[in-house]
Amino acid sequence: MKTNAAEFDLRTPATLGEALALLGEPQGKWRPFAGGTDLMVLLESGNLMHKNFVNLRGFKELRGIEVSPQFVVLGALTTFSAIQENELIKKEFPCLVQAAAQVGAIAIQNRGTIGGNIGNASPAADSPPALLIYDAEIELMSTSGARWVSYDSFHTGYKKTLLGAGELISKIRLPRTTRASGRTVHYFRKVGARKAQAISKVSVAGWAHVEKGVIKEVRLALGSVAPTVVRGKNTENLLKGKVLSPALYEEARSILGGEISPISDIRSTDVYRKRIAQNLLSEFLEHVGLDQ
Amino acid sequence: MLKSTFVGKSVPRKEALSKITGAAKYIDDLSFPGMIHGVTVRSPVARGRLKKISFEGDLPWNEITQVTAKDIPGENCVAVILKEQPMLVDGMINHPEEPIVLLAHPDRALLEKARKNVKFEIEALPSVLSIDDALSKKAVVWGSDNILKSYLVEKGDISQAFAEADLIVEGEYTTGAQEQLYIEPNGMIAVANPKDGVTVWGSLQCPFYVHKALKTLFGLPDDKIRVIQVETGGGFGGKEDYPSLIAGHAALLAWKSGRPVKIIYDRAEDMAATTKRHPSRTRHKTAVTKEGKILGMDIDFVLDGGAYLTLSSVVLSRGTIHAPGPYVVPHVRIKSAAVATNTPPHGAFRGFGAPQSIFALERHLDVVAARLGLSPEEIRRRNFIHQGQQTATSQTIKEPVDFDKLMDRAFEMSHYHSKIKRFEIENKTSPIKKGIGFAAFMHGSGFTGSGEVYLASVAGVEATSEGRIRVLASSTEIGQGKNTVFAQIVADALCVDVGLVDVAQPDTSVVPNSGPTVASRTTSVVGKLVEDAAKGLQATLRQSGFLGESYTSAQFQEACLVYLEKFGSLKTLSQYKAPPGIFWDDEKYRGDAYGTFAWAVYVAEVSVDTRTFEVKVDDFVAVQEIGRVVNPLLAQGQIEGGVIQALGYAIYENVIWKDGRMANNRMTNYIIPTTMDVPRVQVHFEEVPYAYGAAGSKGIGELPMDGPAPAVINAIAHATGGDFKHIPLMPEDLMRILT
Repeated sequence: MKTNAAEFDLRTPATLGEALALLGEPQGKWRPFAGGTDLMVLLESGNLMHKNFVNLRGFKELRGIEVSPQFVVLGALTTFSAIQENELIKKEFPCLVQAAAQVGAIAIQNRGTIGGNIGNASPAADSPPALLIYDAEIELMSTSGARWVSYDSFHTGYKKTLLGAGELISKIRLPRTTRASGRTVHYFRKVGARKAQAISKVSVAGWAHVEKGVIKEVRLALGSVAPTVVRGKNTENLLKGKVLSPALYEEARSILGGEISPISDIRSTDVYRKRIAQNLLSEFLEHVGLDQ
Repeated sequence: MLKSTFVGKSVPRKEALSKITGAAKYIDDLSFPGMIHGVTVRSPVARGRLKKISFEGDLPWNEITQVTAKDIPGENCVAVILKEQPMLVDGMINHPEEPIVLLAHPDRALLEKARKNVKFEIEALPSVLSIDDALSKKAVVWGSDNILKSYLVEKGDISQAFAEADLIVEGEYTTGAQEQLYIEPNGMIAVANPKDGVTVWGSLQCPFYVHKALKTLFGLPDDKIRVIQVETGGGFGGKEDYPSLIAGHAALLAWKSGRPVKIIYDRAEDMAATTKRHPSRTRHKTAVTKEGKILGMDIDFVLDGGAYLTLSSVVLSRGTIHAPGPYVVPHVRIKSAAVATNTPPHGAFRGFGAPQSIFALERHLDVVAARLGLSPEEIRRRNFIHQGQQTATSQTIKEPVDFDKLMDRAFEMSHYHSKIKRFEIENKTSPIKKGIGFAAFMHGSGFTGSGEVYLASVAGVEATSEGRIRVLASSTEIGQGKNTVFAQIVADALCVDVGLVDVAQPDTSVVPNSGPTVASRTTSVVGKLVEDAAKGLQATLRQSGFLGESYTSAQFQEACLVYLEKFGSLKTLSQYKAPPGIFWDDEKYRGDAYGTFAWAVYVAEVSVDTRTFEVKVDDFVAVQEIGRVVNPLLAQGQIEGGVIQALGYAIYENVIWKDGRMANNRMTNYIIPTTMDVPRVQVHFEEVPYAYGAAGSKGIGELPMDGPAPAVINAIAHATGGDFKHIPLMPEDLMRILT
């Protein structure tokens, strides 16, 4: 290990209030430590520059999945394993379960948290595209209270978020939507360098409500194709209210290509990422178009 | 009396219990009183002249042991084949990560800070970073032409083949580097002082290679150097020559500090600094008749050796000899060269040059077949070598070899023919394109040419005071099962229970030099010495009158004890003798390149997703003839492991170079397949006992590395119709080539 563990301060406060107080100290001296699965990679390689962390793992109030008629609410410390085991999430938000199953390996899924996955703000994170298509909202908490924001607005730039000084992601909620008629389509696919233990090269999540062949509602989200995870809103706008046709497929692919900005890096190329994002959009639309 | 009881059975691995219970001690588990830690400060540039070293920052430099080239008591070199590679940079820097300064201190955290505060003033010089740059002499970084070593193999007259050919097919094929990724990164502990000499303990494959390197580094006599191999977590060839550097470094620090010094590489350092598989470029020009008879092969084979010769000459040799494959070709010309570049030296790695040249050939033959309108199967069946025929080095194959039978078996196990028909129909309507491909190949057992004769290895057995038998050899257990296989061979030679046989820990002060643990030679070649020694020990006991014609294990033990009491010691050594009729001409590169070969046909079935260009290997069949199988379970494990490692080589493992340095030296971004990515591997052995191998065995360790890459790429070509000439074949490349 290239890091001297003695240089780090990891505090475990007795209460969430104390934890929030520490996080509220000036200059962002303290940062949250949830599952630690992203931080440990940096620690091992000697690249974890921040030294002071608040351990949140003991706080039950940040854990667990609650269901109301309107929402499924996940505590920020909910692990990817817990998400996969929840029957309601499996039924109503299957893409989130699929994404959770694609995170790292089982050991990582047992420890890694949904709040951490959001807060780490990687454009390659596995769960955010699924959260975006389900119109997730997140609760940000600090010593001065809590506020709900739409997850769609949360990521403001590469590794930049709406989190204010002293704020912590405390909850994530997914609105439960039922449609009286028609059918809904859920689509998720992650393309990594191998089947497991891989960081995504590109990932696509899609949700659509189709009635009599008309796309009534559609949401599309992508990972690893821009500085943040992104919604494909121009593509959504094109598709909304339309009946699928070969021409529409082609137009949608072209519009998607114009609204993402993938890069070439150590994992893949911009050309590949763009092309595969378009191909996965086509695959999603094939699902949308089935059984009309 | 026991007779041939253990060879051929899956006797449990000798060290299995200690490994699975965690009792086995690897190098980083060991500690010595007063021991301190050592680190290596390395070159940040590919090539340059070192002007100045400064030790900066607010650090207690007087407490930190510092070693540079000027502290070396003997010759500043890593003595392997030549003495061209310095142990520490003295003036010229020839690759990134080249060791310049060594530091030691009890506090590892302080050492990490110190490492960052050693600053170098370097005059950068132009560098050569690819085979093309080396051949075009973009800069001259070695000798007058960047050629580390070259060979010419000639049989018949290649111009005659081209004159008579109905068709000439040319092709160029390239392969990338491959990281070793043994489970345990490198590590050493040294104790060294002028009075006692130098002793090192470490994770290594070849104790006597390290011994030779330390002897030269310190200018000490043989008996002042002692090398002990501790439990080793894999090697693959990566711990063949590089441990000599780490041992030298630890010993220099120990010599200067007067304390035991431990150097352990972390994964990132191991990946960036130590040896990988040589990248290669092969050009084929093949003359064939309309009927698919190969008249001539003109092969130009080039390896990227990295900054120093190290083992590249012998890697090149094996790659050269394997380049024409298991075919009988009347006219052959192979020109080969290893070139110097300013990357860390590439080294020995399972297959040793053969995976590169076999990939090129087996891929090329599918192309030749397509141009002739023949099936991949047919062109091979028409050219396979048979007993009594001659290889490209004019070696007459003396043992029976039946490639048609191996191929029949492999095709039957993989349902090759029915799948070809099925895929043709299914692929028309599916976005997933399925394909099946294969490779036919061989791997020579033991050292190339006169290598085994020069080595003149010695191994032996002795009776211990407990009435047990101990095998004495410097051959190392690196996960392949050497301890178990030696015990089986000796137990059967002596007709005693396998539990009575121990295998000595390789320690150069105790065991004879049975040569390095490389070249698929340990079971077959060294095992033979051990077997002969055991038979000698049995004969000695019989001649002494203490052992009858027929005996139990207990009676054998009793006989040993009586003999020991009367004569003091009972030990038999055996030295290598070439099988009769073996001849090799080093000048013309002609003759019996290997005592024998293992032969194989591997079949791969793949799915290519044309939406994402991801490839999945769905099924794999490995059929081989490896002489007699000594331990079926260990042999199967060798094949499965080798196949999976080679699947990584074919479609996952991509070393990304930046200015001569590996940029993705992390397990998060250097992608090897996991169990989720690998198929069932069906393994089948044909057994044709080899008269000159232990218990009838041939070499097996490297064979499974040779065939999977061309089999998989041929299958991808079958699935997609693409023409692929480079591995690793990544999805990004597949997309570019197919669209």
